[in-house]
Amino acid sequence: MLKRLMTTAAALLLAFAVGGAHAQEKLKVGFINVGPKTDGGWTQGHWTGAEKLKAALGDKIEITFVEDVKEGPDSERAIEALARAGNKLIFTTSFGFMDPTLKVAEKFPDVKFEHATGVKTAPNMTFYNARFYQGRYIIGQIAAKLSKKGVAGYIVSVPIPEVVMGINSFMLGAQSVNPDFKLKIVWINSWMDPAKEADAAKALFDQGVDIITQHTDSTAPLKIAQERGLFGFGQSHDMLDAAPKAQLTAIVDNWGPYYIARTQAVLDGTWASQASWDGLKEGTVQMSPYTNMSADVAKAAEEIQAKISSGEFHPFTGPISDQDGKERYAAGVVAPDGDLLGMNWYVKGIDDKLPQ
Amino acid sequence: MPVAEAIILTIITASIPLLLAALGELVAERSGVLNLGVEGMMIMGAVSGFAVSYSTGSPLLGLVAAMAAGAAMAALFGFLTLVLVANQVATGLALTLLGLGLSGLIGVPFAGVSGPRVANVHIPVLSDLPFFGPILFSQDPVVYLAIALVFGVSWFLFRTRAGLVLRAVGDNHASAHALGYSVIRVRFLAVLFGGACAGLGGAYLSIVYTAQWLENMTAGRGWIALALVVFATWLPMRLAIGGLLFGAVGILQLHAQAFGIGIPSQFLLSLPYLTTIVVLVIISRNQALMRSNTPACLGRSFVPDR
Amino acid sequence: MRIELIRRPERSTTMAFLSPLLAIVLTVVVGFFIFAAIGVDPFRGLYVYFVEPLTTDWSIQELIVKAIPIILIAVGLALCYLSNNWNIGAEGQFTAGAIAGSALPILLPDVQNFATLPLMLLMGIAGGMLYAAIPALLKIRFGTNEILTSLMLVYVSLLFLDWIVRGPWRNPQGYGFPGSVDFSDAATIPILVEGSRLHLGLVLVIVAVLAAWFLLRRTITGFEISVLGQAPRAGAFAGFSRTRMILLTFMISGGLAGLAGISEVAGPVGKLDVVISPGYGFTAIIVAFLGRLNPIAILVAGFVLALTYIGGEAAQITLGLSSKTANVFQGMLLFFVLACDSFILYRIRFVSKPRAQPSGIANASG
Repeated sequence: MLKRLMTTAAALLLAFAVGGAHAQEKLKVGFINVGPKTDGGWTQGHWTGAEKLKAALGDKIEITFVEDVKEGPDSERAIEALARAGNKLIFTTSFGFMDPTLKVAEKFPDVKFEHATGVKTAPNMTFYNARFYQGRYIIGQIAAKLSKKGVAGYIVSVPIPEVVMGINSFMLGAQSVNPDFKLKIVWINSWMDPAKEADAAKALFDQGVDIITQHTDSTAPLKIAQERGLFGFGQSHDMLDAAPKAQLTAIVDNWGPYYIARTQAVLDGTWASQASWDGLKEGTVQMSPYTNMSADVAKAAEEIQAKISSGEFHPFTGPISDQDGKERYAAGVVAPDGDLLGMNWYVKGIDDKLPQ
Repeated sequence: MPVAEAIILTIITASIPLLLAALGELVAERSGVLNLGVEGMMIMGAVSGFAVSYSTGSPLLGLVAAMAAGAAMAALFGFLTLVLVANQVATGLALTLLGLGLSGLIGVPFAGVSGPRVANVHIPVLSDLPFFGPILFSQDPVVYLAIALVFGVSWFLFRTRAGLVLRAVGDNHASAHALGYSVIRVRFLAVLFGGACAGLGGAYLSIVYTAQWLENMTAGRGWIALALVVFATWLPMRLAIGGLLFGAVGILQLHAQAFGIGIPSQFLLSLPYLTTIVVLVIISRNQALMRSNTPACLGRSFVPDR
Repeated sequence: MRIELIRRPERSTTMAFLSPLLAIVLTVVVGFFIFAAIGVDPFRGLYVYFVEPLTTDWSIQELIVKAIPIILIAVGLALCYLSNNWNIGAEGQFTAGAIAGSALPILLPDVQNFATLPLMLLMGIAGGMLYAAIPALLKIRFGTNEILTSLMLVYVSLLFLDWIVRGPWRNPQGYGFPGSVDFSDAATIPILVEGSRLHLGLVLVIVAVLAAWFLLRRTITGFEISVLGQAPRAGAFAGFSRTRMILLTFMISGGLAGLAGISEVAGPVGKLDVVISPGYGFTAIIVAFLGRLNPIAILVAGFVLALTYIGGEAAQITLGLSSKTANVFQGMLLFFVLACDSFILYRIRFVSKPRAQPSGIANASG
């Protein structure tokens, strides 16, 4: 009897201890970001994602969102500091964090690492990205339909595959409407420099472009478009507020669903290292409402969006030739993901020389 | 609008922040003070100007606040270098660091919002002139102010007694002191003016140019302004020309790209800096030019003997 | 009321000792109010910022890693500044050294032996020296202002680095992303403590500090540096060559900055990348002044500044503060040091009424 009582008490104690520990031990999730969460672009997209994660699983997790971490050796310290602070799932959201993330991942085998836009994996590290090129194909089509001069301007930051892929996808979309469509590309070597982005937009408009798109983060180019009574596309998030008369649509980063799914996987113990590349279908890439265009153009855009989303159509479907006329993909062949993630050539019809 | 005209138009606006900041620094340097904190004063002007412009809805108040913020930073610099005779180079760098930091903290609530825009002033009749109309008579008010300031500073430095005193203080502080002029006071005022101009230049970026605030949005323009002063051999009129040239390099490299000229952008972007070095060398080779224009006491501390 | 500075008959040794401490105390006091103003418990803020980084082995090791490049550069700059040469382009020389030293592992990746790393370090030093020689020679030959030329060269070097790691030196297996190949073990600086990032650079720092101290205190050259810096005319009378000194001090500071650059890429970074420095070259200027241009004091100052960085990151992570807070603390610290240093050479006097001016035109109240 006494023995039984004691066992019960022990079991109760144990249950209490486990329960207590469980109640205290929220899963700590960390984010390392390259910019401030109010940058109006890339980092803000991840901040919004983290907010959605908090709304969905807030009672089970605790989020640390670190801003403004410089790429390079400092980022390794920041990532390790998060791991040391007991974060069990760490998202590093800039390409430059790839090698530092890998180094820390090797040191902390029981912590899960997820690196955005990278290419490297480990048993406890994976990479994730979004198929933004899907959106760029759609806006390429819209641009070709709306441009009176058959030429668009493209403001870009730095020539990494993600950016080149976007330019190609935009051009393929435009060419599907107007095979002679032209593109003027301006590199500003920065993701975020509003004054320079504005200058680039002005330069493009001055050279006779009537539609611009951008792979840089600020709203400055759209504001210039609005001043000139011309058009452009939002980047990262809906920029309609900044330029209600100029924004045609925006390619919106929506990381929330992915962050929720991955965090849930860690909570359930089902997390595995698997590279992920979601897009329109999963809702990681969204198109903001089609505005400032005729109903026909908007309808066509919605149709192609639906086709891409359902998988019925892939923007990078052959025949696709490169600038030199060499055929890269034969008719009907879809470019494999690996090729897209390392893309460093322009499709036929782009006059620009890819900066080396 | 023809391309050439449009390009000139953008070059003018792109050069305004550089011109304003450099003009202020020119006056400070003419009085013998080297303030390397231009970037810090500009960024403080940018954030304070935007904050006030956004909160009150009045860009004009914003510009005034920016000047005040720039001058406040300059006052800090002046107190250290002039009153406490601290090293000017180090204090200037500290000012830049402090400015970049403080602006980041102050600016948090204002990041990512759009401020009120400043309308261009179209001068009737004149703005309808072909070519010159849009370029000269259809700009935003700050452009006119900057042009007026160039003439004003030039007039002040070379046509007024106070300007003469300021230059004397910069050329030979010991003699100026012996003549009974207060070296410290003259320099303090010159530094304050420099701060106000730098603040205005920064605010031009955040209020007029882009109507938004972002961390580090001056992106090194304060440093270019410093180079510009030397480029102009401390002469306001040359400063205006130099400002346009510096603005032009930045704008033309974008146009060259849009035209599809395949030069690596990094080389084009380094042009303003290389040009400055070349110009610095050309200027300093010409001893006569140097002697007649360089403030001889530039960067040297002054302690009155008592 | 106005403030008047009275030159002391001689340097105040008390103030020379007290000044940096006073500056740190003032920084902490103002920091207290800043934390309070932005809604952070000031005690916790100061603890996280200045104390916590010193409580674990790991953070102390990281502190040293951070301080290594800063101190290396600052020691060289101190020599430069002592001789009245204003090299503020150390960031550019750092970059030039990193690029020059990386040429070996990038262009000849198969050369992997005991000589690889020493050769890289030498190339890094040479790269920094040559890049620093540009403003030095321009100053000597044309009298061009070295502050501006050395600064302009910073931007040029950063753009060059950007171009080379995106273009010719890009890792061919890197999926088109910028950055060179990863350096082999033979091309990587050895780690001192297993499992940490603490590398041999610490030894280089100690050697550099001692060498600089020896140079300044025990050699003729050191004497020349200080004479030419403080009294150029006296130096000229003594037959010291100003030209030689400009070149020498620029080359030393450039060489040390280059060494810092290559140690950083061959150490914590591990390859030549787009971003290799968060502005060490500029931070080092602060450190040189914080250490009052004395090599030993610079060693200490370097750790204090590294602490503001590490503490800033800790505050970012645990308190969610803006990364800009670190800049504010650094700017403030330097301001207070500069202000307090005035009291080494001057006494302050508060005067209630303006003193009669000789010619009665103005007073110094401003």
